[in-house]
Amino acid sequence: MQSNSHNFKKNVKGALQDKELQIALAHVQEGFINKRALAVDKLAEFEQLREQAKQIRNHTLEHLDYYLERYEQAVTKLGGQVHWARDSKEACEIVLNICQQAEAKSVIKGKSMVSEEIGLNEVLEQSGMDVIESDLGEYILQLAEEPPSHIIAPAIHKTRDQISDLFVKHHAQYGFSERQTTVPNLVNEARAVLRKRFLEADVGITGGNFLVAETGSNIIVTNEGNGDLSCTLPKVHIVTSGIEKVVPTLDDATALLRLLGRSATGQEITSYTTFSSGPKRPEDLDGPEQYHVVLVDNVRSKMLADEFREMLRCIRCGACMNHCPVYGSVGGHVYGWVYPGPMGVVLSSMNLGLEETKDLANACTLNGRCAEVCPVKIPLPDLLRNLRRQQHEARLNSLAVRYGLNIWAAIAKRPAIYAAMMRIAMPLMGALGRKRGRFRYFPLAGGWTAGRDLPAPQGSTFQSLYSKRTRQKT
Amino acid sequence: MNKPNVGLFVTCLVDLYRPNVGFATIKLLEQAGCTVEVPKSQTCCGQPALNSGDYANSRDIAKQVIETFANFDYVVAPSGSCIGTIKTHYTELFENDPEWLNKAEDLSRRSHELFSFLTDIIKFDAVLSTFPAKATYHDSCSGLRELGVKNQPRHLLGNVKDLTLKEMRNSEVCCGFGGTFCVKYPEISTRMASDKVESITASGAEVLLGGDMGCLLNISGRLKRLDSTVKVYHTAEVLADMTNIPAIGDGEND
Repeated sequence: MQSNSHNFKKNVKGALQDKELQIALAHVQEGFINKRALAVDKLAEFEQLREQAKQIRNHTLEHLDYYLERYEQAVTKLGGQVHWARDSKEACEIVLNICQQAEAKSVIKGKSMVSEEIGLNEVLEQSGMDVIESDLGEYILQLAEEPPSHIIAPAIHKTRDQISDLFVKHHAQYGFSERQTTVPNLVNEARAVLRKRFLEADVGITGGNFLVAETGSNIIVTNEGNGDLSCTLPKVHIVTSGIEKVVPTLDDATALLRLLGRSATGQEITSYTTFSSGPKRPEDLDGPEQYHVVLVDNVRSKMLADEFREMLRCIRCGACMNHCPVYGSVGGHVYGWVYPGPMGVVLSSMNLGLEETKDLANACTLNGRCAEVCPVKIPLPDLLRNLRRQQHEARLNSLAVRYGLNIWAAIAKRPAIYAAMMRIAMPLMGALGRKRGRFRYFPLAGGWTAGRDLPAPQGSTFQSLYSKRTRQKT
Repeated sequence: MNKPNVGLFVTCLVDLYRPNVGFATIKLLEQAGCTVEVPKSQTCCGQPALNSGDYANSRDIAKQVIETFANFDYVVAPSGSCIGTIKTHYTELFENDPEWLNKAEDLSRRSHELFSFLTDIIKFDAVLSTFPAKATYHDSCSGLRELGVKNQPRHLLGNVKDLTLKEMRNSEVCCGFGGTFCVKYPEISTRMASDKVESITASGAEVLLGGDMGCLLNISGRLKRLDSTVKVYHTAEVLADMTNIPAIGDGEND
């Protein structure tokens, strides 16, 4: 996917003025935050489970080569095939090749962020295939021709009104003439349209929430059942997944599943948890004839070797973005690439480079709420601070910021000069603001005073008052 | 028994903006039975450099703080943010320097946020203060998440005469200050401050209290811009019964 991360500041201005977006974002609180809190409260061992999950993920990453090989062996034994892709281009070529071999005209997709990451849809469409997203959110965005703005609720930025409009515009061709306004009616209409597409599809493509090394199974979690249909109806099933999604055993996967639903949507378990283990066996009633897994590296093996390894623990629950007050203010599109919010800041920086994503790591107050809710305890604020350090070392921050920092640091390192300067400056500022107690405008503080008054200081500095007081005492 | 010898880390924002908070802190520490000294050679904890990724300047400033406060039993500051930096981040700066790492760890063990120090370390809660108002409390992020400051200020405020504490919704959500964030991304910062103001207003409180000057300046600035009558004080001022000066952002005319 093409990046628009360098336009972050511009994107932010647009997002703050987008009334529909602001209405839609208000649902994050009740839809995700409150529900997660309730689910966590009900599970006494939640904190221990987080620690266990962290250990499982760390252990797997420590031995990633081993578990990936075991996974490949298990898939092969089941009659499936594992393909290795170093980057997006290779991954798309592999998938395209499989689809062309199967003479596919129509491809149905379950939700897969990796397929967004590698830009799969465009590649397949350019080769003349009809690609249909079957996850309701993704389907809505396909109609709207927009990228997802959230990793588990891709269309969270859309209001129900906007969705009604989209359906009226695009579903008339299937004979739906009435404008639906309730959620059940909208879902039913989409289901009716999509059902036919499932039956027509030659290839089904899904993501992978967990790849189990022990059994060769791919696990996906959904709430609409579209994943099951994408896996089982078409004659070819392709899984696209990152290499870090492997877990050693079914037990490990179960522990992670207990955290995933609760962290993501506050569900104890999602409506569907689907295990795909190879192609249809002779005794099976249904299932695909071919089963392929495309494992994508992109920058993952590089991250495995550097100080951002902890990011690879991520199980894509979206809790960090749900709880991020910056995300809550501006939504996911402003980040400009596939993954938004705190986890997206790290992944975008790794994938697109520090220059393109310069703003992302800085547009954070380091408030730490993301790390607090992360089910696998990724220290996101530390990773963001680390990105800032790398930017600073690569001299990517602006000259004004660098000069400002150096001047400020030079003063902060010289307490006598600092005290002398402030002894003069603060009483002056204090005297100017004493009557009103605040400034509506202050030189060089335009960023602050555009939306806030600047409180006036009390007057003298603490240190000068304290010196006076101790002198009087002695 | 010797009185514990506390070095007060004033913090730059209290030094420059609100000396009253510094004096309130001294009063509380003395009420708690400590002797308090204020070293002159202190400026800032270095957080602006650290959070801008400037580790070289951060290290220099950290060394200055470490040396300045080498000989105190405890180092206390009326800020979770600054103590968060000193207690949890200085050690990260000296990962490859065993000598300074040792000193940073030693300082980390002795450093405490004011309310946490009073409640958890020195076990003081005999607050001598009256403040007839309905107040709500904003949990500052660093204090809350890096240091576990949550119940301590509420417990202490519970002993203030005539004060009613009314919890606001989302008291743990960031106010949008974030140090340099508030001037680098002022629109997002203002939007976050607006959410905070909405929570404060909905709580029905007349006073907003907190434990970090950065957040309080930010929230007060937004409250004032929206013509709110909510008064903003640092919790130390209320606990020390030193609210006889205009609230943060208020003038002689208010």
